[in-house]
Amino acid sequence: MGQMAIAERLRSIFPKEVLEIIKSRNQVGVIVRRERIKDLCHWLRNEPDLDFNLLMDLCGVDYTGMNKDYYEVAYNLYSIPQRHMLRLRARIPVVDCRIDSVTSIWQGANWHERECFDLLGIVFDGHPDLRRILLPEDWVGHPLRKEYPLQISGEQEWTGYDELKKLSRKLNQFSFQPESSETVPKKPHPQASAHDRS
Amino acid sequence: MGVAMNSDTVEIEPGVRMIPGASTLIMSIDKLVNWGRAGSIWPVTFGLACCAMEMMDVGASYHDIDRLGVIFRASPRQADAMVVAGTVCKKMAPVVRRVYDQMPEPRYVIAMGSCASSGGIFNTYSTVQGCDEFLPVDVYVPGCPPRPEALLEGFIRLQEKIIKEKSRWGRWR
Repeated sequence: MGQMAIAERLRSIFPKEVLEIIKSRNQVGVIVRRERIKDLCHWLRNEPDLDFNLLMDLCGVDYTGMNKDYYEVAYNLYSIPQRHMLRLRARIPVVDCRIDSVTSIWQGANWHERECFDLLGIVFDGHPDLRRILLPEDWVGHPLRKEYPLQISGEQEWTGYDELKKLSRKLNQFSFQPESSETVPKKPHPQASAHDRS
Repeated sequence: MGVAMNSDTVEIEPGVRMIPGASTLIMSIDKLVNWGRAGSIWPVTFGLACCAMEMMDVGASYHDIDRLGVIFRASPRQADAMVVAGTVCKKMAPVVRRVYDQMPEPRYVIAMGSCASSGGIFNTYSTVQGCDEFLPVDVYVPGCPPRPEALLEGFIRLQEKIIKEKSRWGRWR
């Protein structure tokens, strides 16, 4: 089935949940509300001629950089028997960024949702083990949000790394500083001398 | 016949004298110890990212590093060098430091690749901008990744550094 046909079929079954169907560069994206996402995904997986048994990817997007007030969670679904795919985008407001977890439908969503929570702060209700996966457990902040700075240092630094730097400064006093028999050895770069000759 | 005079010995290298016929070499302990250490640098395998692939290349048969006496040891307790090969993230930094702390003296660190030397292209919140922020580094090998020949030169520079050391032995240093 073509992507547009699948999207229209979805809209006919869930008319209130589907907000928009976007077609761009031969790819179709279906924007849905977050409220009944589990019903939607359950129907998509179990419907005989849709049969989306593979969740290829689940990722979060922060649209606040484009002056919108929502995040989105994008589900890329694929059907191995039927060989068609669909992209679902669930819109989530920034103020209360929670959405139901789909791990009960596709087990593979487990770590993807953990990554989304770790980097964007979107909470997945019903997830069996929602905790940080890429960053250290006691990291403060969600780095892929648009307001998070690219580099952090000083006061904003992760406490574990601060402590490591203090520890290494303390241990430096015990490191061996050998005196070498030459002072700064000046070894001329071999290519430099070739250029100098010309 | 008790004492060998300078006229009995032959200088075979600056600082090294040999008593011909007696199979005896006379040199300072510094030279002997440094020669032994430089000829048998045993690093602990610490490949973190892509540079580890080039480190494997250096250990493989074409650019063989075993000919310089370098054998990779799995345990830091039995190693005397550490090649930090790859990007160090802030989450991994305490682990790198712990492996370094477990190495007995004398120990050396080679920062392999741009990421270990200075953070590479990753100037972000999670990447350590050079492992020398928390480790004392002896040799930096730039490159992304450095060619195997470049890492070989890094080891040779480390050998030169070891040969120039003075009094890094004994209990009263």
